[in-house]
Amino acid sequence: MSHRGRLLVFFIGAGCVAAMFAVAFFRMPAFGGTMHLYRDLAVRAAVAHQTANVVSSVDFDQRGMDTFGEEAILLASVVGAAVLLRPSDEEAELRPKRPGRILPSTKLLGYALLPVTLLIGLDVVLHGQVTPGGGFQGGVVIATGLHLLYVAGSYPALDRVRPLAAFDIGEAVGGAAFGGLGIAGIVAATSFLANFLPRGSFGQLTSAGTVFVLNGAVGLEVGCGMVVLIAHFLRQDIIIAAKAEQAQ
Amino acid sequence: MTVYAYFVAAWLMLVGAYGIVRSRNLVHAVVSLAVCQSGTYVLLLAVGYQHGALAPVFGSTIKPSRHVVDPVVQAMTLTDIVVSATVTALLLALAVQVSKRQGTVDPDELTALKG
Repeated sequence: MSHRGRLLVFFIGAGCVAAMFAVAFFRMPAFGGTMHLYRDLAVRAAVAHQTANVVSSVDFDQRGMDTFGEEAILLASVVGAAVLLRPSDEEAELRPKRPGRILPSTKLLGYALLPVTLLIGLDVVLHGQVTPGGGFQGGVVIATGLHLLYVAGSYPALDRVRPLAAFDIGEAVGGAAFGGLGIAGIVAATSFLANFLPRGSFGQLTSAGTVFVLNGAVGLEVGCGMVVLIAHFLRQDIIIAAKAEQAQ
Repeated sequence: MTVYAYFVAAWLMLVGAYGIVRSRNLVHAVVSLAVCQSGTYVLLLAVGYQHGALAPVFGSTIKPSRHVVDPVVQAMTLTDIVVSATVTALLLALAVQVSKRQGTVDPDELTALKG
């Protein structure tokens, strides 16, 4: 189809969609209103399960099944990206070139912030049931924090500290732990991902039962998954090249 | 004003779709898809918003009450952001492969299937 024809089809379709949106929006409850039925139910259920962070309670307790599905999508995309970024037959791995000059200030700040960032990430994962945070956010903080080593150091330095095989396994273990806890819910209580652990007292680190453990499992999976993803993209750019290029 | 936020969401989705339609580069198409998707985040958060309400996280100083924004839509948005980041990575990996095999990232030049 020609470029103009395609745009014409798009504008007809987009116009219809926009019109339907407009009709729907004007009949929706007004923005910022006080009626939120799901909010009322979710807050009551979270308080009943001693979970101070209601968002975590929805994610890992009330609607744990949805999060399990999201976890599966995450795992599948990481595996897919890893498969796509393998070196092909015409390519081989190069020895990484010597790193360029790194500003001393970048080096200092990178190495100084590396442990701080990893600790903050861990803190965010562990306090997911009492403060804003949890496995998803903390996992991403840990995974990206680890790459300060690449920014401040070099690719070989990152490669030494980050055994990729361990992270592959970590991701699988995180995913399996989530599923395993779900099945434990069937065995120990009534349903898949039921909150069967002792729930402690409201607002404490040990409160909320399985939410705490599931946050850890998600943190492991997301953290390892992000590390694996970034590692494959870095490898693609830094050490994989066509054989023809290497011969030169 | 009461529907303004909803229209921002719709606009983001449509402008993202427009970006995909007229894209001449697969990376640009992937980023347009991410813009499209952020429309859903704005819509979800707008649906759950309440004027003057607090975040749905309680503690020793904030006692549980119903005067908070909707946590259900926030939970959906939160998981969706992380998952969409990994799906974006998968699409970019596909773009890398297309560029290697076909020597181009212009979707208009990708006409024939190759093994």
